[in-house]
Amino acid sequence: MKSIVYGYFTDENDLLEAVKKLQDDGIRIEDVRTPFPVHGLDAILKLPRSGLPKVAFIAGLAGGVLALWFQIWVFTSAWPLVIGGKPYLSLPAFIPVTFEVTVLFAAFAMVIVFLVRSNLGPGSVPDILDEEVTDDHFQIILSEKHNKLSDTELVNALASTGALGVQNINTGK
Amino acid sequence: MKENIQIRDAVPFNFGKNLKKALAIAAAIGLIALLWGIFISQAPASRIWANMWMNALMFLFLGLGALFFWAVNALGESTWQINIQRILEAMALTIPFSLILFVVTFPGLGHIFEWTHTEHLDRILQEKTPYLNIPFWILRMVIYFALWSFFAIYLRRVSVRNDFEPREDYLRRIRNTSGWFIVIFAITSSTSAWDWLMSIDAHWFSTLYGWYIFSSLFVSALAVIIIITVALRHYNILPNVTSEHLHDLGKYLFGFSIFWTYLWFSQYMLIWYSNIPEETFYYVERVRHFKTLFYLNVGLNFLVPLLALMTRNSKRQPLFLAGVSIVVLMGHYLDLYLAIMPGAVGHEAAAIGVLEIGLPFFYIAAFLAVFFVFFGKAKPVPENHPYFIESSSYENI
Repeated sequence: MKSIVYGYFTDENDLLEAVKKLQDDGIRIEDVRTPFPVHGLDAILKLPRSGLPKVAFIAGLAGGVLALWFQIWVFTSAWPLVIGGKPYLSLPAFIPVTFEVTVLFAAFAMVIVFLVRSNLGPGSVPDILDEEVTDDHFQIILSEKHNKLSDTELVNALASTGALGVQNINTGK
Repeated sequence: MKENIQIRDAVPFNFGKNLKKALAIAAAIGLIALLWGIFISQAPASRIWANMWMNALMFLFLGLGALFFWAVNALGESTWQINIQRILEAMALTIPFSLILFVVTFPGLGHIFEWTHTEHLDRILQEKTPYLNIPFWILRMVIYFALWSFFAIYLRRVSVRNDFEPREDYLRRIRNTSGWFIVIFAITSSTSAWDWLMSIDAHWFSTLYGWYIFSSLFVSALAVIIIITVALRHYNILPNVTSEHLHDLGKYLFGFSIFWTYLWFSQYMLIWYSNIPEETFYYVERVRHFKTLFYLNVGLNFLVPLLALMTRNSKRQPLFLAGVSIVVLMGHYLDLYLAIMPGAVGHEAAAIGVLEIGLPFFYIAAFLAVFFVFFGKAKPVPENHPYFIESSSYENI
C-alpha cells in the first residue's frame, strides 16, 4: 500500500518557501497544484518544458501538407475545373485553405493532446484531492513511493513548513 | 520573491571618439557612393533621386516605428519594455530630422512622381489632381511631420522630466498622449503611404496599401530596436536587459513578419484573382522584370524569420537574434526598393549597384548620430518609472 500526503497554503510566496525548504531536506515533491501559474515555480521544481509546441509544429506541418496535396490532387487530376480562366494548378488560390487547415490541425492537436496528457478529457475521472485548488488553495502533494521517509515523517515534514490541512491517504495504487 | 531582485548599475553611455569616427567613415562611404552615382555611373537622374527618396523614407520609418511601439506599450501600460524605453525615445526623436532628408529630394520630385508633370497628364491622372497636386501634397507632409514630431518631443519631455521630479500623473499623461498618437497614426500612416509610395505608380491603387507599408515600417523598426538593444547590452549600458526582453522583442519580430506576409499575400492574391488590368499591371511589371527580387522579398521577410525564430531558444540568443534582425532589415529595404524603383525608375534603368548598396551607409550613419546624441542626453533607463523594477525582474512563463 502506497500513500500520499498533501496540504495547502493560502499564499503563493509561502508555497514557494515551503517547496524550497522541502527540497533542501531532500524530499521529492510529487506535484504542486495552484489556481493560477505561479512565477518561478517551474524553475524551482525543475519541470521540463512542455512538449506542446512540438505537437503544434508537427500537426501544423501535417495539416499544411495534407491540405496543399489534396487541393492539387483535386484540381489537377481528380476533378479539374477551369475557374476564372486560371490554370488548373493555381497555387495562390490554394494558400488560404492551406493556411487555415494548418491552423486547424495545430489547434485541434494541441487541445486533444493537452486534454489526454492532463487527464482532463471527456470520460476521465480527475483525481482532485481538494476542490479549493481552483479557488485559493496552493497544494503540495508528496508521495511515499518516491521518498525514503515513512508517511508519518512526511506528514511532519509538510506540517513543519506551515502547510494547512495536512492529510495522509492511501491511494491503493 | 521581491527580495531577490538585483538592479545592476549601468556603465554610463558616452558618445565617444571611436564611435564618431566609425560613423564619419560610414557617412563618407555613402557620400562617395552618391558622387559615384552622379558623376561616374551614368545612372539616369531618376535612379539617383529615387534612391535618396527610398533612404529618406527608411530613415523616417525607423523613427515612426519606434514611436508607435512606445505608444502601444504605454497605452497598454506594459511593463517589460521600460528597460529599452530610452532606445525608443531616442529613435522617435529622429522623426523631425527626416524632414530635412525629404526636403533635400524636393528638386527631384519630378523624376520620382509622374503626377507632378501637370502639363502632360492623361485623363486618369487629371481626375486625381484634386488630391495629387504639389501644394496639397506639401501641406499634408507638413501636417504629418508636425503631428508626429509633436508627439515624439512631448512624450520624450514628459519621460525625461520624470527622472528629476517624479510626478503622480506621469503614467496617466504618457498613456493619454499615446492614445491620441495611435488614433492619429492610424490615419496618417495610411495617407502618408499613399502620398509617398503608392502615388509613384499613380494609376494603380490598393486599399490595403497603407497597412502593408505600416507592417513593413514596424518590422524594420523592430529589427533596428533589437540590433541596438543587443549592442548596448553588450557594452553593459543596459545591464538589466535580460534574455527575457530579447525573447519578447523576438516574438514581436516573428509575429509582425508573419503579419507583413499576410498583407503582402492578401494584396497579391486579390489582384491576381480578379485579374483586372488596371490593377494587375503593378504586379506584371514586378514579376516579369524583377522576378528574383520579387521572390527573394518573401524569402527574406517571411521564410527567414518564420524558420529562424520559431523556437524559444533562438529568440533568447542575442547574436543570433541580431543576425536575423539584420537579414530582415535588409529584406524590408528590398521591399521598399520593389515599391519604389519599378515605378520611379523603370525596369530598364533600375539595378542594384554601388548606389543602392553604398548610399544607405550615409543614412545609417546620420540615423545613428542623431540617435546617439539623444540617447546620451538622458539616463540610459528611466529609473523613476513606476514599473522599472518590474521590467528588470519579469519572466516569460
